[in-house]
This record gives sequence, C-alpha cells and structure tokens, in this order.
Amino acid sequence: MKVEADRDVCIQAGNCVMTADSLFDQDDDGIVVVLVDELPEDELDHAREAVKLCPSQALRIID
Amino acid sequence: MTEAPAVPLHMRRDAFSPVAELREIRETEGVRTVTNAFGMQVHLITRHEDIKNVLSDHERFSNGRPPGFVLPGAPEVSEEELASSRAGNLLGLDPPEHSRLRRMLTPEFTIRRMKRLEPRIAEIVDMQLDAMEIAGPPADLVDNFALPIPSLVICELLGVPYDDRQDFQKRSARQLDLSLPIPERLELQRQGRVYMTSLVQRARQRPGEDILGMLIREHGDELTDDELIGVASLLLLAGHETTSNMLGLGTLALLRHPEQLAAVRDDPDAVGPAVEELLRWLSIVQTAIPRITTTDVEIAGVKIPAGKLVFASLPSGNRDPDFIDSPELLDIRRGAAGHLGFGHGVHHCLGAPLARMEMRIAFPALLRRFPNLALAEAFGDVQFRSFHFIYGLKSLEVSW
Repeated sequence: MKVEADRDVCIQAGNCVMTADSLFDQDDDGIVVVLVDELPEDELDHAREAVKLCPSQALRIID
Repeated sequence: MTEAPAVPLHMRRDAFSPVAELREIRETEGVRTVTNAFGMQVHLITRHEDIKNVLSDHERFSNGRPPGFVLPGAPEVSEEELASSRAGNLLGLDPPEHSRLRRMLTPEFTIRRMKRLEPRIAEIVDMQLDAMEIAGPPADLVDNFALPIPSLVICELLGVPYDDRQDFQKRSARQLDLSLPIPERLELQRQGRVYMTSLVQRARQRPGEDILGMLIREHGDELTDDELIGVASLLLLAGHETTSNMLGLGTLALLRHPEQLAAVRDDPDAVGPAVEELLRWLSIVQTAIPRITTTDVEIAGVKIPAGKLVFASLPSGNRDPDFIDSPELLDIRRGAAGHLGFGHGVHHCLGAPLARMEMRIAFPALLRRFPNLALAEAFGDVQFRSFHFIYGLKSLEVSW
C-alpha cells in the first residue's frame, strides 16, 4: 500500500504532518511531501487518519 | 430610534454552549432558513458531515460575490472601488485567485517555521506574565494576557508597529461586531485599509524581515498595492481577534473544569490534545465565511437554489454526536482530531499552526505562573461577547 499526495490540491494546512510526521513532511513552501514509498503496516491507521483530516482531500491510499 | 437587532439564532449561546434550538435543527431537518444579523434569509447548515461537504466544494459554494451583490444598507460604491476594497482578501476569493495568494503566504506558516518561532513566542508570553505579576491581582485577563500575546506576535511577524495597537485592536473588534450598522463597519474597514496603505508604502521602500517585507521582496512585481493591503489587513485582523478569544474563553473553560486545568498545568503531554478539544468545544468562529450557491444544490435532502447564502455553523458541527461521542462534554484527553474549529476545504485557517503554537505555549505558562488562578467575579457576571463574528469575552476578572 502507498499513500499518494496531490501537491496541486494541497493547501499547506500541515494537518498530515501533525498526524503522522513519519509519513509526511512539508517542503519550504508548506506543500506536502510523502516520506515513504511503501506504507509500513503499523502506520496504516495514521495514514488513514491523515487522509480523513486533510482539509483539501489531497491525500489518498492506494493498494 | 431603531431597536437594537436581535442576536441571530446561530450566534446565541448559553455561556460556552450553542443554544438548544441549534441542536434541535441538527437533530431534525439539518438545514433551516434563518435570519442573519442583517435581516437576510440564509440557509443554516448544522451537521458535521454536511459542513465538511459544503466547505470542501468551492465550485458550488463560492466565497466570491456575484456582481450586484450588496449587503443591506451598504452605501453605493463604484465597481472600481469595490474591487479595490476586496483585493487581497483571501476569504472573499475562490480558486485559482485564492490559491495564487495563499501559496505566497504558506511558507511563513509551515510547522517547521512555527518551531523556529517558538522561543520568541515563549518570551512574549513570559513578558506579559511578568507585567501581570508585577501589577498584581485582580486583573482583566483579556487586556493583560489574551489580547496582547497574539497581537504582539502578529505585529512582529507581519511588520506592524505594536505601538499602533490601540487603534487597530479597536477597529478590528468593531469591524467584526455584527450589531453595528453595515455602513459603520465598512467605514472601519476603509480606515483599516488606509492605515495599512501607509505600512505597505513604507515596506515597498524598505522591505523588512517580516511577512510584508518577504511578500514585497519575493512577489513585489506580481502583487498590486491593493492586494498587499488586503492580505496584510486580513492577517492582522485574523491574527489577533481569533487566538485572543480562544485564550480568554479557553482559560475560563479550564477554570470551570479544575481537574482538566490541573492536567494542562502539570502534564506537558496533555497540552496538545487539550488545545484541540478547546478549539472544538468553544468553536469561537460562529460560522464559516458565508458561501453563495453557484447552482441549485441539495443539502441533507433540502433543495437550495443558486444564488443563496449558506451559513455553516461550526459550533453545531463540532457538537454533532455523529462526529464525536458525548459532544457536550469538555474532555481535553480526547484530542478531537477532525474538528471544524479552523474550518475545512481550501480556506482552512492559514494561521492554524501559529494559533496552535501560541495556545500550546500560553495556557500552561499562565497556569504554572499562577497556580492559584481563580475567577475574581461571579461566573454569572462574566461578560460574553455574542453579537460578534467571533465569540469570546469582553473581559475576565481573575486573581491569583
């Protein structure tokens, strides 16, 4: 499983970084950067939470 | 003489809580036509899920205003003047114009940037607490703590002289006071822009190490003066009116829940979740910026035609049992992720990381400095500020 971020849709709220800073970061402009290629099993819940909390629906989990 | 207008339903509260009628709407039809502060009929939405859907759909629910849209009683102005007064106000724009301006500002509000600001914010908080301690009890917590901290922070960040605070604080508070006649509020807005014009002109000549200076150095050619004035006016107003009310009302909420107050004071791990829960439970922004439907829509089975105003009640959405269990209870341990206190969608609060940082520093610092902090007036005498875009306190007498 992977988590995908649409950097054009991102509004730089930073909620994903707050939720899971091992999966997400912000670049200098505040835009989301995904830190992992494959989602670690034990981070799946965090990733789902981040997807849910993103105010601009910029994140999604893909199989 | 005209009578003072009644506080609209969606702004009425019983101390911290929205009135029961708002809950009743949420539990029955979900959407109801109500009268806003200006006597206009608007569609009030009350459920967490509906609010999220509306706020994340900027195509059908627009922050812009169609040509010819005027507030009742607003003086006639030329299209040119109207455009100039709206320029740079991110909350009045839809994508792509909105995204263009927001992206210029977000580098200043990243979580990493906030961490760098942390020591300076802590210093400002300590300075205010020192002054309060020296002056001695009793003190008005709003005047001595809740208002000066975010004001000082946004002044430094933005590049606004703190010495000008009395004027701009008074102007912002009145501008957001919805009981005042529209012409008076528009005049205050105009005065605010005149003030900001002088700061923008000065910064154009000598850009400083602040947000105004950064915008001019990095985007000076792409931004008109009107846009700079609009952006800076919004940041100044939003930067101090919001967090100050959270600090004032949040302290009162903790004083009314002594065990939770003790946790915020004594347990550093409790602070972050407590701030989120206070944001949810207090929901100081009464409604999201009103949206206008750009097409016929349906919310919770209710049909709303194009061109209608939609008000999203954030306090109601945040107390929706479909969102969170026992929503009427303040429970700082739960964290309340997913609350709508900062809104949702593309207009989600730009300054959220700053507001969070200010609160995470200020609440525990206040409670540690004054472990015996107490109300110095009867709870029933506390003056809440209801008829206002942002809910809060007029003052809060405390002792220690």
